[in-house]
Amino acid sequence: METARPMSMLVRPPEAAAPAAVAGEAVRSTLAPAPKLVVEHLAAGFGRATVLRDVDLAVPERSILAVIGPSGCGKSTFLRCLNRMHELVPGAWARGKLLLDGDDLNAGDVDPVLLRRRVGMVFQRPNPFPTMSIRDNVAAGLRLNGIAGNHGEIVERCLRQAALWDEVKDRLGASALSLSGGQQQRLCIARALAVEPEVLLMDEPASALDPIATAKVEDLLHELKARYTIVIVTHNMQQAARVSDQTAFFYMGDLIEVGPTDRIFTAPRKQRTEDYVTGKFG
Amino acid sequence: MRSFRLRKARNLAWTAICGLAVVAALLPLLSLLWLVVSKGGAGLSPRFFVDLPAPIGEPGGGVGNAIAGTLLMVGMASLLAVPVGVGAGVFLAEKGDGKVGSVVRFTTEVLSGVPSIVVGIVAYGLVVVPMKRFSALAGALSLALLMVPPLARAAEEFVRLVPSTLREASLALGVAQWRTSLRVVLRTALPGLLTAVLLAVARAAGETAPLLFTALNNQYWNARPDQPTASLTVQIFNYAISPYEDWHRKAWTAALVLLLLVGALNLFARVLARGRLRGAR
Repeated sequence: METARPMSMLVRPPEAAAPAAVAGEAVRSTLAPAPKLVVEHLAAGFGRATVLRDVDLAVPERSILAVIGPSGCGKSTFLRCLNRMHELVPGAWARGKLLLDGDDLNAGDVDPVLLRRRVGMVFQRPNPFPTMSIRDNVAAGLRLNGIAGNHGEIVERCLRQAALWDEVKDRLGASALSLSGGQQQRLCIARALAVEPEVLLMDEPASALDPIATAKVEDLLHELKARYTIVIVTHNMQQAARVSDQTAFFYMGDLIEVGPTDRIFTAPRKQRTEDYVTGKFG
Repeated sequence: MRSFRLRKARNLAWTAICGLAVVAALLPLLSLLWLVVSKGGAGLSPRFFVDLPAPIGEPGGGVGNAIAGTLLMVGMASLLAVPVGVGAGVFLAEKGDGKVGSVVRFTTEVLSGVPSIVVGIVAYGLVVVPMKRFSALAGALSLALLMVPPLARAAEEFVRLVPSTLREASLALGVAQWRTSLRVVLRTALPGLLTAVLLAVARAAGETAPLLFTALNNQYWNARPDQPTASLTVQIFNYAISPYEDWHRKAWTAALVLLLLVGALNLFARVLARGRLRGAR
């Protein structure tokens, strides 16, 4: 996508008119075989307001895409479209294609509940279930979905993956609220991992954490990349530069530029991107 | 320096006024408690809780059947009102932003403004007239009608207190809406819901007017829901309007028993509410 398209979003082109191969620079620039997650002509909004216009991008498997942009640019809405949490808000709408391994999951007949088991999410503020123990929080996705099995093993594996196991292994029965903020956030990551998603969405997962806890979460991202495809929204450009393979810059509801993180930060092609990453605004 | 002193004086004056307001608010409650305890305390004995009322002139006698009747009717009323009230509250909190929700909310508001004696007449028309007799069932129905509106509103409040981030956390795990409502939202609101139920039960236990012409009264033990049934409140009412000194004393003692019953329920509700606060932290 080179420039922002005309803003006449009230008229959408019919589905058939959209060519399937709008993979974009993101895919060309990496050698990954096939993109895990492809977004085509995604538009979203609330009622009459449009907050996201015609977004096309692709995320290769086992890579991290950072989404940056000033407040209100639509980056959170974009993320919430990827697991269809956006549509839960009364009056919210989203159009376009959301391809996971080639299946369109934004189609009307796809149950968003099934999509969300494949696309997990970690929120801005840690939100463990207050009535559950540490152990039960990790297993919550399994228990609430009625999935039987050896939860103990899964709990340990996910807590290890979330780099929390050593800190909590002696008190798995304690309330999740007895943990610190940073630990709670890693618990939420472990909880998201327990349902074995393929894609992990993170909405500013470190913004409510102190620098040390943030560093832990960032280290964790590097490890999780080996298994998961990750999309992370962040306010913090240094964080985007540190953790991601690709960066997408959103401004006023448009995807301005997406590309390898190095290039976005050193040689952006769009003036707006350069102004933002060099701190001229935002 | 002068303005500082002035500020201090003002601060003191307002603190004193607030303190006086507290005393004024507490005074009626304390004097009521004192009056009931001083007048009814003397008649309190273990037998008073288990004996049948004695005829006038005979010594002894208690309100055992009235305690049992109150428990029976409040229990039946709770069975009717708790599922309806809590269910309506959960509906209002989860899906109550549309037209249906505002209609339901308006209805509960109007219903909670209906005087309890009118609710008694409704139960009289609905149950007593067709059955051609006063019964615990009619009494329970009138109590249930009184319990539903405050229950629904309180349940709505408590369910709304559950942070939406928890709902989102559950949905993002791929948990279906109804399971999320049931196992995350309701589970988190549970201590609050229990508090709401207990407060509604305590209120129902103290109602007299709706029982006067639905359950009537009964001088004997009764466990059948289709028979007239005694209740503490109606028993107090009957004793109080009688011309006998002895029955007046019994009315005070029965009032004390009722206060103890309701007080124990309130205390229980408080303890549960504290559990809720701990959970929220």
